[in-house]
Amino acid sequence: MDVALKVDSLSVYLNKLHILRDLSFELPVGEYMAIVGPNGSGKTTLLKTVLGLISATDGRIKVFGNDISEHNSKISYVPQVKTLDRTFPAQSIELVLSGLNKKWSFSISKTEKKLAYEMLEKLSASHLADKQLNKLSGGELQRVYLARCLITNPSILLLDEPATGIDLVCEKSVNHIIAEYNKNFNTTIIMVTHDWSAAYHHTSYTLLLNKQQVYFGPSDKAFTDLNLQRTFSHMGHDHGIKFGLKEISNA
Amino acid sequence: MLEMLQFPFIQRALVAGILISTSASFYSIFVVQRRISYIGSGLAHAAFGGVALGLLLGFSPVLTAIPFTLIVGILTVYLQEKSKISADSIIGILYSISVALGIIFLALKENYTADAYNYLFGSILTVNTDDVYISIVLFFITVFVFLMLWKNWAYATFDREMAKADRLPVLRDDYILMIMTSITIVVAIKIVGVILITAYVVIPGSFSRLISNKFRDMTFVSIAFGILTSIIGLFVSYELDLPSGAVIIVIQSIIFGFTLVLNKFRFNS
Ligand SMILES: Nc1ncnc2c1ncn2[C@@H]1O[C@H](COP(=O)(O)OP(=O)(O)OP(=O)(O)O)[C@@H](O)[C@H]1O
Ligand SMILES: [Mg+2]
Repeated sequence: MDVALKVDSLSVYLNKLHILRDLSFELPVGEYMAIVGPNGSGKTTLLKTVLGLISATDGRIKVFGNDISEHNSKISYVPQVKTLDRTFPAQSIELVLSGLNKKWSFSISKTEKKLAYEMLEKLSASHLADKQLNKLSGGELQRVYLARCLITNPSILLLDEPATGIDLVCEKSVNHIIAEYNKNFNTTIIMVTHDWSAAYHHTSYTLLLNKQQVYFGPSDKAFTDLNLQRTFSHMGHDHGIKFGLKEISNA
Repeated sequence: MLEMLQFPFIQRALVAGILISTSASFYSIFVVQRRISYIGSGLAHAAFGGVALGLLLGFSPVLTAIPFTLIVGILTVYLQEKSKISADSIIGILYSISVALGIIFLALKENYTADAYNYLFGSILTVNTDDVYISIVLFFITVFVFLMLWKNWAYATFDREMAKADRLPVLRDDYILMIMTSITIVVAIKIVGVILITAYVVIPGSFSRLISNKFRDMTFVSIAFGILTSIIGLFVSYELDLPSGAVIIVIQSIIFGFTLVLNKFRFNS
């Protein structure tokens, strides 16, 4: 079993605050992993640490057995969409191609145009290619960002809440596309999500995170009442919320 | 009107004006899109300190202002990277120190008024052959960094974290951008003046953003706008015998304001 991502006693401090506390897990190649946790639990911080944007205070991260600085070209990343600068004049196709070229494009060649259209087509978003980014809805933007990632043929795909802000139909199709991609290309996928049901149904592994690692293992065993309470309750007191999959499947 | 072109000082002012506005309007798109016009204004303050030092010592003010402004520009990038939270106030203090020093330098010099007036408000009469050479050098360096770094700068301007994740040397590029902007601001002082220099590196970018759909178009529109308004401004300034900087900025503001209103109108209907 090859390991795509190995996290070993990882600790991260930001501004002297202990954000990630002693995480350790191994994700095999080709698996689909969900990261679930409340706001501020360090999900985005973990993704950024894997990307090398934030440095680990303690512990280590290996991607395909290598230190992260060496293996970046295989990792692709869809950020939490709210970070987009909507005043920047750009068209969707330019954003897609920035993934391919790792630079902003000054002019677009015919080959590039074709590649970008094909990728957008797969995400049923080719009609967005020439649209201004600031005219896109959250869901449309997510698909463009996804196209930007997939066009690079990544070995690992990091997604920060890809379904947030997407309507139900699109959400289904985006989740489907991601799952499909995972199967067809044996791409390892790590997805931050607030949607336990999607995590349960689509992913093979789940990390429950509340600054510390509450659970890492198969998704079908992750969402027990106890685990979810330890993940989502503030230390020490119970909000009286009933967790667990029964409620999810009824909802 | 065209007979004024035979005067050497007008020729110098025009050549320098066109070349300098090309550079200033190019860096303007990044200053505007990265929302760092306060840094532009800070660099102008720093330039004031340097110009005053040059006037006091009897050197060419451009030569003293460039190191002064560069130090402040480089420190700004360094402080922003190092201490994300308290950087703004430290930078603000740094700018004020430059101005305070500038005022002291000027006070130490007797009979400073005429010179200082020219540097504060800009004057086409003062553009000499050295200034023309400096603006030619600046222009070619700008063309060079345009070709080398536009794609990097544009990417990091759009999304800094994404550019970092793709292992672009974002910090190195920031330093180069700041260095080039600092030098451009100092060189432009002769024509535009310390007081209005911020507008000179903010209005072209702001204007072009109003009417551009792509960052590349924004780049060219900004440069064309800068060159055109500078030429018109220099002529008007000569005809009406008014400080060139003020005239250029007024012309730029009028066009910008007009387009802004037109845009709002079009958007609403
Ligand atoms: N650059 C930073 N400096 C200091 N603290 C930070 C920084 N970035 C994030 N934090 C803090 O780290 C904690 C974890 O943030 P993070 O963004 O990783 O949470 P998250 O799980 O992604 O939350 P959300 O569900 O809201 O996206 C938060 O308390 C946040 O305030
Ligand atoms: Mg987050």
